[in-house]
Amino acid sequence: MDYEKQLSHIASGIKPSGIRKFFSLAAEMTDVISLGVGEPDFKTPWAIRKAGMDSLDKGRTFYTANAGLSALQEEICRYLSRRFDMHYETNQTLVTVGGSEGIDLCIRALVNPGDEVLIPEPCFVAYSPIVQLTGGVAVPIVTREEDDFRLTAEALADAITPKTKLLVFPFPNNPTGAVMRRRHLEEIAGVLRDTGVMVLSDEIYAELTYGGKHVSISGIEGMKERTVVINGFSKAYAMTGWRLGYAVGPKPIMDVMHKIHQFAIMCAPTTSQYAAIEALRSCDDEIEAMAKEYNMRRRLVVDRLNKMGLHCFEPEGAFYVFPSIQSTGLTSQVFCERLIHEKKIAVVPGDAFGDCGEGFVRISYSYSVKHLQEAMARIEEFLGTL
Amino acid sequence: MMNDLLLLLEKNARLSCAELAAMLDTDEAAVRAAIKQCEAEGIIRGYTAVIDWEKTDRDRVSARIELKVTPKKDRGFDALAEQISRYEEVQSLYLMSGGYDLALTIVGKSFKEIASFVAYRLAPMDSVQSTATHFILRKYKERGAILEDSPEDERGVM
Repeated sequence: MDYEKQLSHIASGIKPSGIRKFFSLAAEMTDVISLGVGEPDFKTPWAIRKAGMDSLDKGRTFYTANAGLSALQEEICRYLSRRFDMHYETNQTLVTVGGSEGIDLCIRALVNPGDEVLIPEPCFVAYSPIVQLTGGVAVPIVTREEDDFRLTAEALADAITPKTKLLVFPFPNNPTGAVMRRRHLEEIAGVLRDTGVMVLSDEIYAELTYGGKHVSISGIEGMKERTVVINGFSKAYAMTGWRLGYAVGPKPIMDVMHKIHQFAIMCAPTTSQYAAIEALRSCDDEIEAMAKEYNMRRRLVVDRLNKMGLHCFEPEGAFYVFPSIQSTGLTSQVFCERLIHEKKIAVVPGDAFGDCGEGFVRISYSYSVKHLQEAMARIEEFLGTL
Repeated sequence: MMNDLLLLLEKNARLSCAELAAMLDTDEAAVRAAIKQCEAEGIIRGYTAVIDWEKTDRDRVSARIELKVTPKKDRGFDALAEQISRYEEVQSLYLMSGGYDLALTIVGKSFKEIASFVAYRLAPMDSVQSTATHFILRKYKERGAILEDSPEDERGVM
């Protein structure tokens, strides 16, 4: 059978992830020291794991309500208010299968075929393929190192057309580590306020900002009514494998997201939801301890990279650094291929996160200090051979 | 900064001053001065390696000993504790609340060596009422380090 003909041309037309492509190469080699992961190295705090086990013990193995356990929705609202001064009702809260499902639902709930979706790049790889699946048009906006990889009001204003439906707002940013502080958000809000453009604010790294607390764009005047906020448990509580996230936003949008979720997913995993209630009730201290540890590693890695001559923008969020490799004269792909072949260190080429990521690589510091020390020493050796 | 520095060193005393300075957002001179001060004040008492002797061919047995003692009139437990702590074999010594008074960990080459230490050194001391010796069969965690080969990083790359 000619499967090419059978497959949806939209789905077939989606470009495979640049990260995957590179790491199938890494997977074939042994003893590779990876700096490539996008998840915490901490285990989920014990109290949370125990709550998951207890829920299984009690036989809580059924579906929950589509929108999630009401106790969890309530805790999410309390958490957002306690930690980020964000105020939502439980009926504006949807529990999802990771932040990823929330992103998918939000784009599908808002985008009509032909609508333009603005996506600041470099960024997480999932937004643009989902936009393509809806028949929308992904429009990248380049963010630059000289602007600390922030989205600027000018770049945003330039990209808006009458067809613009949605702005994806991925801060704190993977892969650059850029954050938007309140004054930057005010400028963005200034551009958006008089338009019909909606915002998908992906705040999955909200708990991991350094040198100042995260501020949600939804908290800026006039923004709450046009913003859907995506967050989750993966990064803050080291719960990636539990697949649990949530979305909050204006009720009419949440209702449609809820409807899609109900047909496509039913509900998020029940065990994970019980565990998450415990996370929100008792683990603020654990979040802070992990963030403190990431912060020390961040400074260690930035310092080492700069000292060895790989110019490195100081990231203020997430757990990645995004050094420029332009001084080596190599492309991102070549740099990464040679680094893995010659020194067995795996980092991700910057162009996997958008064309404008060329000339950079993404290094994750979600590893032990010992692992990072060894990896930095090998990168330094590698630079010495160029 | 001092407490964070100590926490880092407690976990890994081999971090360089440059690395510590970067991690603590300060400069190398400040780190060096702080370490020196901690050493001078006796806050930092030494730098040692955590060794899994099981993996070597060196014979080594360790035991935990509980002592019930009669405190001395003026100096309580301190005089005896001071004496016991002078023995090279004694790795740690604590005054405990509860069913006994002093807890010590000792190491020796063999069971016999430990037995004679208890019989000839500890038991005869005049304020020692009784001893209970528990041999350590296996160490799972030592000074915060888990003594097993670290499991492979199972995380995928995304």
